[in-house]
Amino acid sequence: MGAIAAATVAILLVAAPASLAATPSPTPSPSNQQFQNNISGFLRDDARAPIQGVKITAKNGDFTGTATSSANGAWNIGVPSQGTYEVQLDESTLPQGIKLAAGQANPRSITFSQTSNVSVIFAFGKGIVVQQQDFGQNLLNRLVAGVSFGLLLALASVGLSLIFGTTGLTNFAHGEMVTLGAVLVFVFNAMNLPFWLAILLALLGGGLFGYAQDAGLWRPLRRRGTGLVPMMIVSIGLALAIRYVIQFYFGGATQQLPFAQSAEIQIGPVSISPNNLWSLVISAIVIGLIGIVLLKTRLGKATRAVADNPALAAASGIDVDSVIRLVWIVGGVLASLGGILWAYYRPGVTFDMGSQILLLIFAGVTLGGLGTVFGALIGSVIVGIFVELTTVFGLAADLKYVGALFIMIVVLLFRPQGILGRRERVG
Amino acid sequence: MDFGFILASAAGELFSPTTAAYALAALGLAVHFGYSGLLNFGQAGFMAVGAYGFAISTLSFGAPFFVGLLIAVICSVLFALVLGIPTLRLRADYLAIVTIAAAEIIRYVVTTNQLTSVTGSANGLAAFEGGFYSMNPFPEGDYLGMNNRDFFIRVIGWGLAVICCVIIWLLMRSPWGRVLKGIREDENAVRSLGKNVYAYKMQALVIGGVLGALAGMVFTLPRGAVQPANYGTELTFFLWTCLLLGGMATVLGPVIGAMIFWVVLSLTQGILYGLIESGAVTWLTTVQAGQLRYILVGVALMLLMIFRPQGVFGNKKELAFA
Repeated sequence: MGAIAAATVAILLVAAPASLAATPSPTPSPSNQQFQNNISGFLRDDARAPIQGVKITAKNGDFTGTATSSANGAWNIGVPSQGTYEVQLDESTLPQGIKLAAGQANPRSITFSQTSNVSVIFAFGKGIVVQQQDFGQNLLNRLVAGVSFGLLLALASVGLSLIFGTTGLTNFAHGEMVTLGAVLVFVFNAMNLPFWLAILLALLGGGLFGYAQDAGLWRPLRRRGTGLVPMMIVSIGLALAIRYVIQFYFGGATQQLPFAQSAEIQIGPVSISPNNLWSLVISAIVIGLIGIVLLKTRLGKATRAVADNPALAAASGIDVDSVIRLVWIVGGVLASLGGILWAYYRPGVTFDMGSQILLLIFAGVTLGGLGTVFGALIGSVIVGIFVELTTVFGLAADLKYVGALFIMIVVLLFRPQGILGRRERVG
Repeated sequence: MDFGFILASAAGELFSPTTAAYALAALGLAVHFGYSGLLNFGQAGFMAVGAYGFAISTLSFGAPFFVGLLIAVICSVLFALVLGIPTLRLRADYLAIVTIAAAEIIRYVVTTNQLTSVTGSANGLAAFEGGFYSMNPFPEGDYLGMNNRDFFIRVIGWGLAVICCVIIWLLMRSPWGRVLKGIREDENAVRSLGKNVYAYKMQALVIGGVLGALAGMVFTLPRGAVQPANYGTELTFFLWTCLLLGGMATVLGPVIGAMIFWVVLSLTQGILYGLIESGAVTWLTTVQAGQLRYILVGVALMLLMIFRPQGVFGNKKELAFA
């Protein structure tokens, strides 16, 4: 018996090196032949006219990538990994009469991480001086950007929180619902549908996906009496599956939605990009509507009742299942909307954009109090502002999510029920 | 399609060092979740702490191998304490969220450009394995078709896995292990017997975390490099899949689970690539075939959890949730 076992082991070990030589052991993150990271920008002269045919190179160690600006001035260099690159604009390829503006470093060193896309701005002409913002100005700008980011997080958080409140499920697949919204807009837009229709269809798709998830998976599981922890693990499996299904069809590259590039505009003391402003206004209106529905309508009352105590709600004649179904649909639509706005905020659409902010959504929800809708709103806005403001106070840009996650852990230490959560035993 | 080669590759995964690392880390999860009911979604963080603790102490401070090993283990103990103090009194889902957040914090911190001189940021660290391979007792030559380095790392990786399995097996049949299982079944009942539930949970968290750190080292040594991208949340989820495949409240379950996981991944890769190369499948690219395998992992995780939560070897009565 021992001899047979030893022989089997020997055979298996013999087989090992051959495999190692031929197929590299698969690593957790699937490799992609296209580069997933991009350094890009637009070249425009001081009259805002695009500059074509300018050569730009990016260098990091052995890697060198080149790009030539296209007819609309856009250039894009795919790079293998995030890190520090030396980006140089070949000034001899500039058209006659156009020069880099004074004080524009060339070559310059560009550092990025945790975003797959970094844009580099080369300013041209005499009149342009790169503005040095003072601290107060910067603080105000980041604050507004933070509110905008926080509100888009809140869109996703409110859905997650409603779902948690009514079903008790901590849904790790919520990030993929966020991704889906942005990806659908990209797909419908690529099919040459009008922009408004693409957005409408994407929101519809998000709602449908929420409904399908509940009808196809979660309701049957609830019927079986599956516990909350197994359901949480099922949601992780679902998240993995959906994430890679999206990558399967969408690919690993970063794509842009229409109108993603926009110059900042000045409103009073604040400079903000029109996209961020739109995002802020849209999410504020939608969240306001959700609040009114929850507080003022019978449906909202029923939802809050189910969130509070499903058994009691059922006993008082509320159709708990239909409330939960509705919560999933609304959660799906809100997550889609959050995803679309997130695609403009970053900017860019990738297959893992939702899972990137999943933990920030969780942070917002836990900060506000698990299961409380208005808590999720407040928590998310705090997280959004915190993420943006930490960069003003000297935290490196690639660490800005750390601050928010850290705050969540600290809050759990002192007030585990969150800001608006009721004091109850949570352990 | 060369089935002999595909089967040989899959069989090679059975005893690859990566499989040993997954087995160790999943064993740590078994201690956390299977035996104690702690939802740790940050095992990748523990692995990163082990790998970076070892690599940084070797590269930055020139520590010899065993000092580096000790530092890695101490770091993981500290990480477990820091995680456990705020969360072990809370409900299970809080621990889940905090551990996954803490693992991501670790990954962000080792990725940041601010610390490039220490952590190597996104490119990671390399060339720290010299001390390990200098201890290789096997002279150069052919060992079952491997060179002495590959053979050495397999012997150490699997030796460590076997030792850890024995230790965990002994621990779990000791009175200490019985209390732990009692906590999993009914925390309040154990508390009413006068046991300090919090301390027991903390000890379990630390032991599982140390296993994670050791796994992190076994994972990085054969690669000769440690890179933050390898320690994302996906790694944790793959480890959970291994754990659930094998059976969560068993000692051998995580090991067998890790073997099944890698053999199936290797088989599907071999077969899919073979079909694509032979032209039988034209609707897939090789990149998509890679993604298809991870879709299967996700679906497998869901199906396992729904239809056979006790895994291949587990006992349905020993589930951390009823």
